[in-house]
Formats: sequence, C-alpha cells, structure tokens
Amino acid sequence: MSELIPVLSEQELREIDAEITHVPYRAAVAIDALKIVQAHRGWVSDESLQAIARHLEMSAEELDGIATFYNLIFRRPVGDNVILLCNSVTCWIKGCDSLQQRISEQLGIGLGETTPDNRYTLLPVTCLGACDKAPVMMVGEELHEDVTEQSLPTLFGERGE
Amino acid sequence: MNDATASLDRPLTRNVRADRKPTDLAAYEANGGYQGLRSAIGKLSPADCLQILKDSNLRGRGGAGFPTGMKWSFVPMDDSPGHKYLICNADEMEPGTFKDRLLLECDPHQLIEGMILSAYTIQADVAYIFIRAEYHKATQLLREAVAACEEKGYLGNNILGSDYSLKMHVHSSAGRYICGEETALISSLEGKRANPRAKPPFPQVSGLWGRPTIVNNVETLCNVHHIIERGADWFQSLGLTEDAGTKMYGVSGRVKKPGCWELPMGTPVREIIEDYAGGMADGYALRGFLPGGGSTDFLTPEHLDLAMDYDTIGKAGSRMGTGTMIILDDKTCPVGFVKNLMEFFARESCGFCTPCRDGLPWSAQVLDDIERGHGLPEDMDTLARQVTFIGAMGNTHCALAPGAMEPLQSAMKYFREDFERHIEGKACPYCTGGQH
Ligand SMILES: Cc1cc2nc3c(=O)[nH]c(=O)nc-3n(C[C@H](O)[C@H](O)[C@H](O)COP(=O)(O)O)c2cc1C
Ligand code: SF4
Ligand code: FES
Repeated sequence: MSELIPVLSEQELREIDAEITHVPYRAAVAIDALKIVQAHRGWVSDESLQAIARHLEMSAEELDGIATFYNLIFRRPVGDNVILLCNSVTCWIKGCDSLQQRISEQLGIGLGETTPDNRYTLLPVTCLGACDKAPVMMVGEELHEDVTEQSLPTLFGERGE
Repeated sequence: MNDATASLDRPLTRNVRADRKPTDLAAYEANGGYQGLRSAIGKLSPADCLQILKDSNLRGRGGAGFPTGMKWSFVPMDDSPGHKYLICNADEMEPGTFKDRLLLECDPHQLIEGMILSAYTIQADVAYIFIRAEYHKATQLLREAVAACEEKGYLGNNILGSDYSLKMHVHSSAGRYICGEETALISSLEGKRANPRAKPPFPQVSGLWGRPTIVNNVETLCNVHHIIERGADWFQSLGLTEDAGTKMYGVSGRVKKPGCWELPMGTPVREIIEDYAGGMADGYALRGFLPGGGSTDFLTPEHLDLAMDYDTIGKAGSRMGTGTMIILDDKTCPVGFVKNLMEFFARESCGFCTPCRDGLPWSAQVLDDIERGHGLPEDMDTLARQVTFIGAMGNTHCALAPGAMEPLQSAMKYFREDFERHIEGKACPYCTGGQH
C-alpha cells in the first residue's frame, strides 16, 4: 500500500465525524464517508479509499468491497457531469436505445466512458421513477423528462452541434 | 386541484399542487397538518394507535401488501434498554414505479408526520428515511423538513411536551436496486454491502444493529396520520372493495396521458387506463400490462374489468405490486420487453446465491438469442426450466430472482406465438430498421 496517504480535508473529516456521532461504531458510516469524499473530489481514488478506511478503523479491502458494490460510488475518475440514462423498461419502450446512440454520436463516448475534455461521463441507470415522462435522463443532479433526439443538443450546452 | 371535499377522499394528494411545487411547513399546517400528531402524542397510548392501525386494514404499499398493523405487532413492547428503529423505504427503483417520488417531492411533511406517529406506535426512538441517491430534490426537501420539525418541537426531545422523543435522519443511498429489499436495506444502512439477510430472525425483533426495526414503504407511512386522526372506519370506507384506503396508481407506456393518480383502492383497471391515462396512444392497441412494476406477471385485455386490489389481481395470477402499471402495446416486442427486464434483474442481482447470480444472466442470454433471431426451439424448454427452478420461492435467498421470473413466465403463457415467430422466422418480427 502506498505511503503517500493524503489526509482527508478538514471539511471532509467534519462531515464524516458528524455522521459517526449517531452510529454504534465508526465503520457503520462507510457509505456516507465514501459519498462525502466523492462529493468533494468527484470520485474515490485508492488513496482516498485508504484514508477513509483508516479514519473508520477498517481495512481498505473491506471498504473497497463496499465501494465497488454500489454503482454510484465511482472508483474511477468521471467527468464533471455524469449522465445517467434510464434504460429500464418504459424508457426502453419509448426509445432510450436510439437516444443512447445519439448521445454517443454527439459526445463521442459509449456507456461507461468519459469525453476527452472530462466534461461528460455516460452511464446507464435503473428506472428513475419518472416513467410517465419517459424517456428520461439525469445530467448531474438535474432530471430531464420526455427527452427527444431533437432536445438532446440543448442538454449539452455548446457541445451540441 | 383538490378542493375541501376532495381532500377527505384523496388524503394522500390533498396537498399536491397542480404545479407540483412542494408544500412547506406553514402551508402544511394551514391545511390541518400535524393535527394528527397533536391529537395522538401523549393522548393516545401506543397500544391505542396500534389497534386503530390494525382495525384500518392498511396493507403495505411497497409491493407485498402485508398488513401493516400486524407487522408492527411483532415489535417487542417491553421497556428493555436499547434503541428501536423505524425506517422509511424510499429506495423506489422497481422498473415502472413512480409513485413515491410524487409523495416525497410534493408533500414531505405528510411522510414525516406519518413517520412520527408510526415510530410512536412502536416506541422507536430513532427513525431513518432511506432514499435513493438520484432523488436529490426530495432528499433536500426532507432534510429541510426535518430541520423545520426539530425547530417546531415535532421532532427531537419531548415532542410537544410529552415524554416521547424521536430523532430522524435522512440517509442518501448509493445505488443498487437490491437496497429496496428490506433486509438488504438494513445491511446497507449499517454501512455494508446490500446483501439480504436470512429470516428469521425478522427485523421486527432483530433488524438494524440487531435491534427491533420496522421498514415500511413511503406510501404506507403517508397513510398513518390520516388513519389515526380520522379513524379505521373512515379509512375502510375509502376503498371500493375489501382492501381499504386509497392507492397511488400509475400508468406508463404508450397511453395518451401517462401519469400517477390517487384513487379509491379497487378502482377497475379499465377506468385507470382508459379514463385517467386517456386510453392507448393513437395507432397503438393494448396487448398486455404488468399491474404493479417490473416483477409482476402480465395480464391481458381480458383482465381490464378487474378491480385493482391485492386479492383480485392475485387471483388473476399476478400481483398488484406497486400499483403502477406498465403497458405493452401491439408494436412493442414482448420478447424485447421481457429481455429488457431480465437484463435489469441480472445486473441488479446482489450475487449472493447461485440461481440468481448465474441463472438470471443465463435467462437474459437465451432471451437475447431469441430476440436476435438466433433462438432454437429447445430454448423454450430451457426458459421453462429456469422459470421453474429460479421462480420458486425458497430456492433463492430473497424475492428478487422469483420476481424476475414473473414477467417471463406470463409472457411465455400469453405471448408464446411471439417467441415462436422469432425462432421460426430467425428474426424479430417487430424490428423495423433497428426500432422495436
Ligand atoms: C428486490 C426487492 C426490491 C424492493 N424494493 C423496494 C423499494 O424500492 N421500495 C419499497 O418500499 N419496497 C421495496 N421492496 C419491498 C420491501 O422488501 C418491503 O417489503 C417493503 O419496504 C415493506 O414495506 P410495506 O410493508 O410498507 O410495503 C423490495 C423488495 C424486493 C425483494
Ligand atoms: S436472489 Fe439474487 S438478489 Fe436475492 S440474495 Fe440471491 S443473489 Fe442476492
Ligand atoms: S423506466 Fe425510465 S424512468 Fe422508469
């Protein structure tokens, strides 16, 4: 393991410790801590993982087993905006496959990939609970409903051709 | 949208505004909010509240329809030391389900009031709202609402001057459908991988951190303060059939007006699809529907006059599930439809047990072969065997895998000729230039 374990920032520690106050043991906040660090750094690097594990008094291996279980904990760098494209059944009926093709053409990335300028990462996601507005997708924290191939370019700002 | 009379028979959505803007604490109180809490805390005993809930015949709205009062009655009520927990399941991820989002985003205080009274009934001192990560707006609203309640004395120590205290936390999850299964949810809340747990022990006795725990769906909990305030008879009178109350019903797919509506429990399927959802979109005909999310069996147009309640839909060979229907139209390939669902369940398997971890990707592969025109006649027997082995409750550790088999087995029953046309014609008959 690397000796270069960076300390977590004061802010990150404060937020993690606030979670620890209401659980019976430190490792119980593993998921909260991963999310806190990810909110500050965009993703969870090996170094961050080790620092969190130390702070929670658990092994990095166990924490990694938890981190990799959850699809919204990123163990690889992602772009500034993560696109979550719903590909569950109603969105499939309403054409999410062709939307995905259009997004891939427009941004030049497939599922799981990030644009070279680091602006976008494209990921599939489970039913977003907005099936009456299918097809839907999220860009960052923003939900976009009734998406059409025509409306796609506007979602990606000046990137749209 | 809701006038004063409508508000009594549409309790869950009485504060839902036409523009879907959230109802804040002041507006919630102005419309009678927290009166249920005031009329109960310190005035009714927990046992009184439990009796009202039992008499009301409220059944869990998370999918299984288990009687809520009975579920709560298993919580030990001695005053041995240690925490007891109430958890709200706001993980809504069942494909085709979009009802809890509406309740969370439009009226967060209704849920919180329901949770306080539920927690009071089982004498829980800590409550969690476990909410899926993608529901950013609802998470924010709930956190603000909890803070506002603490300030008002609805939450925290000695609620409204009584000797009852409750702390409430909002936990934002990190993805994975399996977190919605209640024992997996508890594992996840403990900071672990979300693997389901063996029952017994049941969570009511040994749940979060080994302590008595109740997990209920958002919609279930939203009903509680109305029931305690207005009584079991009132609640029973809302339903059209044996099942009590109202229900959040939804329709998605190729209908004219997809949406979600609070209607009397037992409203006929036809009324929901034709009157509320406006009927099929122009140029499409109804072939079938999943009554309540991706893990329920298909029903067909011959079932349109059935009442949407737990028992009626159960007797027809499906489940009401979450009450949000997914429509299969005549231009959408049933094999592709089921394949999409199977790929979802295969992806979301937690990996704990073999029939699910290995069986679901196998089923998805067979369906993919058939859909692409590479299927063989014996593939139908393979699928039938998978349905038998994986679909049987008890062969797997939780209900995810049996749920995954429900749309498949019913599609093979009702749309068998579609599978056969794929196999005989060596192509998908619905594919026109890549479109299904
Ligand atoms: C795989 C799986 C996923 C589930 N997802 C959810 C969910 O997202 N929300 C929910 O309320 N119940 C879900 N359930 C049902 C819960 O296990 C549990 O029965 C429910 O939360 C109990 O609440 P209720 O009694 O109020 O219905 C799921 C069950 C399974 C097997
Ligand atoms: S049935 Fe699937 S999801 Fe459930 S415990 Fe087994 S592997 Fe996990
Ligand atoms: S299927 Fe896409 S939001 Fe539900």
